[in-house]
Amino acid sequence: MKKWLGIALTAAAILAAIAAPWLAPHDPLRTDFSQSLSPPGAPGHPLGTDQLGRDVLARMLFGARLALFIGGCTVAVTALVGGLLGLVAGFVERWPSTVLMRLVDVQLSFPFILLAMTINAIMGLGLRNIILSLSAAGWVVYARVVRGEVLSVKQRDFVQAAAALGMGRTRLMFRHVLPNVAPSIIVVASLQFSSFIVAEASISFLGFGVQPPTPAWGSMLSEGRDFLYVAWWLAAFPGAALALTALGVNLLGDWLRDTLDPKLRV
Amino acid sequence: MRAYVVSRLAQTALVVFLSLTAVFVMVRLSGDPVLLFMPMDIQAKDVNEFRQRLGFNDPLPVQYARFVGAAVRGDFGESLRYRRDALGLVLERLPATLLLAGTSLLLTALIAVPLGVISAVRRGSLLDHLGTITTVLGQATPGFWLGLLLIYLFSVHLRWLPTGGMGGVAHLVMPSIVLAAFYSARIARLTRSAVLEALGEDYVLTARAKGLGEGRVIGKHTLRNSAIPIVTLAGLEAGQVLGGAVITETIFAWPGLGRLTVQALLNRDFPVVLAAVFFISLMYTLINLAVDLVYGWLDPRVRLS
Repeated sequence: MKKWLGIALTAAAILAAIAAPWLAPHDPLRTDFSQSLSPPGAPGHPLGTDQLGRDVLARMLFGARLALFIGGCTVAVTALVGGLLGLVAGFVERWPSTVLMRLVDVQLSFPFILLAMTINAIMGLGLRNIILSLSAAGWVVYARVVRGEVLSVKQRDFVQAAAALGMGRTRLMFRHVLPNVAPSIIVVASLQFSSFIVAEASISFLGFGVQPPTPAWGSMLSEGRDFLYVAWWLAAFPGAALALTALGVNLLGDWLRDTLDPKLRV
Repeated sequence: MRAYVVSRLAQTALVVFLSLTAVFVMVRLSGDPVLLFMPMDIQAKDVNEFRQRLGFNDPLPVQYARFVGAAVRGDFGESLRYRRDALGLVLERLPATLLLAGTSLLLTALIAVPLGVISAVRRGSLLDHLGTITTVLGQATPGFWLGLLLIYLFSVHLRWLPTGGMGGVAHLVMPSIVLAAFYSARIARLTRSAVLEALGEDYVLTARAKGLGEGRVIGKHTLRNSAIPIVTLAGLEAGQVLGGAVITETIFAWPGLGRLTVQALLNRDFPVVLAAVFFISLMYTLINLAVDLVYGWLDPRVRLS
């Protein structure tokens, strides 16, 4: 049951993101002051318009595109960097492992959102920098999880046997250890995906990250907040889209985790 | 036990020191700090003179040593915007954040733990399923959407509660509910699985075979043993609430640390950013230390390892 809801919601979000240019009734950036602040149900604007007359539905669909793109890229970068570092640290042990773990501890002492926001403020705004900021803050989870997994997989018989047969370290790492660690990477990635989407929305809500007029759910919520008294739809729809997407991806991640690795079940 | 405490303290000191370094590096990476102090129409030659005077021409290790020396004494410089001591500003906002964090954590403990225990004990029942749905929703709903919804419902429509700011109890209600919703979800789920696991252990079977009442079995034996992961998570979340309540504080205009940091970042007020970020990480590290020490007290296996 949870699984199907997760799949349905995620599929809807992906569809919205991919098909946005065709599904959107108007250009999300086009302003039309004669139509500003129209409520949902106005002709040509099923979800209403904002204070500049831009169509809410169109902006929502393009916002999905941005959210999923940023989430996807960030997951890819963090899984790659964190996974690789964790793999090497767990495999080689001794000083690389200690150094990495101290680094991870230090970075984990900063709350994720705060760290991502600070890095973003320092690096400058824009799409590329928000992905980099979120990645810089988010890779540590992988490093920790993967290192732990590698430490335990290393002890298993087939790894010891392969090592005894004289297999080289690199080959051992990538051909034997990595495939067994992959499920945990996938599970963490799917759980992190929804966190990254919400984090990106939070950061653009506060005024960093992606800047207006580019449609992003976070900045739409922030603008909508100013008009909460007179135009509830400006905040309600992007917020609902965000909540449902995060829920869908979360449920999907839960199902993946239950299937791939019941030990991680909470 | 003493060796464990000493080793944890040493590790904590190291982590704090490294955080200070990390904060220093981050701010230096943001570009020439001298330009922040200067008015816009400054001449290039004057910039150099100020740079010399403020000590930014010294080699980086010297600047770093000076920074660490000052930081240890609590001197993070002066806020560029308010012209007051940076750390002083941070400490001024601390009570507000502590109040919000404390209330949310209390709410979380009161709601989540009983919910988790009941879900575990009455596993598979309607209550359990309802609990699962609520927790999944609570974990996935972004805090700020819930916050905006609550403001719309209770402030705009019903006019029962104020929209924001700090004042009486009425101002505290919505922000703490928003924070508690997210954290209760995780703790409830964890409590449920921890209690379920403990209920499957042999000593519970023995206790029941001895004829011990169900209440005693759960209260006396199960809870103590399931407490460990719950305490760990609660501790981690306490640390997160202190610094990560940024969004909630902004939505409800709560004058706390998170909001101060956001405003400082928007104003490029780097002394305050430095002081705030470091202070938050310090609190988080200290809470982790406290959790580890409690851990060692709760579970003898940890101290002896």
